[in-house]
Amino acid sequence: MLSPADFLADLLNPDLAFLPKALAVAMMSSLICGVIGSYVVLRGMAFIGDAVAHAVFPGLAVAFVLQGSLVLGGAVAGVLTAVLVAAFSQNRRLKEDSVIGVFFVAAFALGIVVISSAPGYAGSLQQFLFGSITGIPDEDVLVVAAAGLVLLTVVFLLHKEFVLVTLDRETARAAGLPVFALDGALYVMVAVAIVISIQTIGNILVLALLITPAAAARLLTDRLPVMMTLAPLIGSASALVGLYLSWSLDLPVGGMIVLVATAVFLAAWLFGPRHGLVARRVGARRRPAVAAQA
Amino acid sequence: MTARAGAASAEGTAGIRVVGVSVDLGGRRVLTDVSLDVRPGEFAGLLGPNGAGKTTLLRTILGLLAPGAGTVRIDGARPADVRASVGYVPQRHAFAWDFPITVEEAVLTGRTARIGWMRRPRAADYRAAGEALARVGMTELRRRPVGELSGGQRQRVLVARALALDPTTLLLDEPFTGLDMPTQELLTELFAQLAAEGRAVLMTTHDIAAAVHECSRLCLLNGRVIADGAAARLPVDAWMRAFDVRAGNPLLRVVAAAPEVPHALTR
Repeated sequence: MLSPADFLADLLNPDLAFLPKALAVAMMSSLICGVIGSYVVLRGMAFIGDAVAHAVFPGLAVAFVLQGSLVLGGAVAGVLTAVLVAAFSQNRRLKEDSVIGVFFVAAFALGIVVISSAPGYAGSLQQFLFGSITGIPDEDVLVVAAAGLVLLTVVFLLHKEFVLVTLDRETARAAGLPVFALDGALYVMVAVAIVISIQTIGNILVLALLITPAAAARLLTDRLPVMMTLAPLIGSASALVGLYLSWSLDLPVGGMIVLVATAVFLAAWLFGPRHGLVARRVGARRRPAVAAQA
Repeated sequence: MTARAGAASAEGTAGIRVVGVSVDLGGRRVLTDVSLDVRPGEFAGLLGPNGAGKTTLLRTILGLLAPGAGTVRIDGARPADVRASVGYVPQRHAFAWDFPITVEEAVLTGRTARIGWMRRPRAADYRAAGEALARVGMTELRRRPVGELSGGQRQRVLVARALALDPTTLLLDEPFTGLDMPTQELLTELFAQLAAEGRAVLMTTHDIAAAVHECSRLCLLNGRVIADGAAARLPVDAWMRAFDVRAGNPLLRVVAAAPEVPHALTR
């Protein structure tokens, strides 16, 4: 196995220029996913995240067939599906999850049909689904950085509004907030976060970047600001460690990043300070003793 | 805290004024020709069976539903224009209690209509939240995550959140559901005080006994206004029609025990 020093040397090796690019994209996108994912986890929108991840696929496929920008294609398809889901979910008769179930599978199906018309599609399909660290164009690094900056700015500006809408929609409406527009904005942000992450981690695994670090952070704290700081830290650290393991052991990068993040989640579940399994066990054993003293 | 009803009351328009309101929901008529006035200083109870349109009327007064006919005015203005002076306490289950937020932060979200878009709370907002928390006796728990609160404490947080606006008008949706007696007494006393300070307070409730004893005014609703006035003045047959019950129903014994002067006015 490669030592961290060798990994650093490889990162600086001009012959391996794709490696630092992949690392930059993976870390930036997991940082962004950690922040956006905090809202997703708190609103119980994990399924929507999954839906959007699938929904960007036809956009990627069309962009691939037309040889256009994958990020742009994916973003258009993801946003379109997100808006459709938000609009159809306003109908009280159908629950949101059913609407999502309809649209995301349809989008994925469309993507498969589109991409099958491209020559040699099996290889590119594999790359879309499972990600890859080679072949990230230079401009994509800039696109990811710019998109990330825009998303984080929107989060900074609209945080108070997103929180109130999550807490209780009726009071948010009564306060004059455009609840539907804010939902739409959040879905669009989820779509963009997913699209910029798909290159390295792949379409199937991208949901983990959105959910796992934020879920782990939720287990570690009851404070929202702390959670929204911890989640991107956990995400980007997982990206760094995952890419290192993947490179030095020659294992798929998307899979390794997700497994590292999942290990952090399990550790938080077991050893979290207040809600962790161990803390609860110990607390349960201590409490009767305290009661007896009293 | 002082209610800012002064200017409006000089013109006689302060408080809630609902005139001839009809509301359709999903093609079904829910409210027909409802008129209701709640003046500053009144603690009014809105009573009726399930499906009577209590919550619909509350939402219409909040400006969340557009009436098919009629008008709603709060302090003489349309609801959308006076959002920063209307406090709303939703039903307790409407709030995401598992959200990682402290009591104080939750109360601060009540200031949203006044803080405005893309701005952060300022010193004045924290001060208002602090005063609202003191009002409901939750100052000591202000750093507590909301998920760790009891049902009664949660209800008090929602009331504090509405009070953080220092509203002229207070709308309460079923504030007593699932609360024990001491908490209920504490809250009714608080609501009566808030009304006595010059606010218009309107509460929907299924707790007829509490409403009959505490509210300065009752409005019996069942799609339309069946009766409206002080509890002791409402005829028995109005209760029977509003709740669709026959003579001898225990409800009528509760109603018959209505005090001549409601407790809210004797404190």
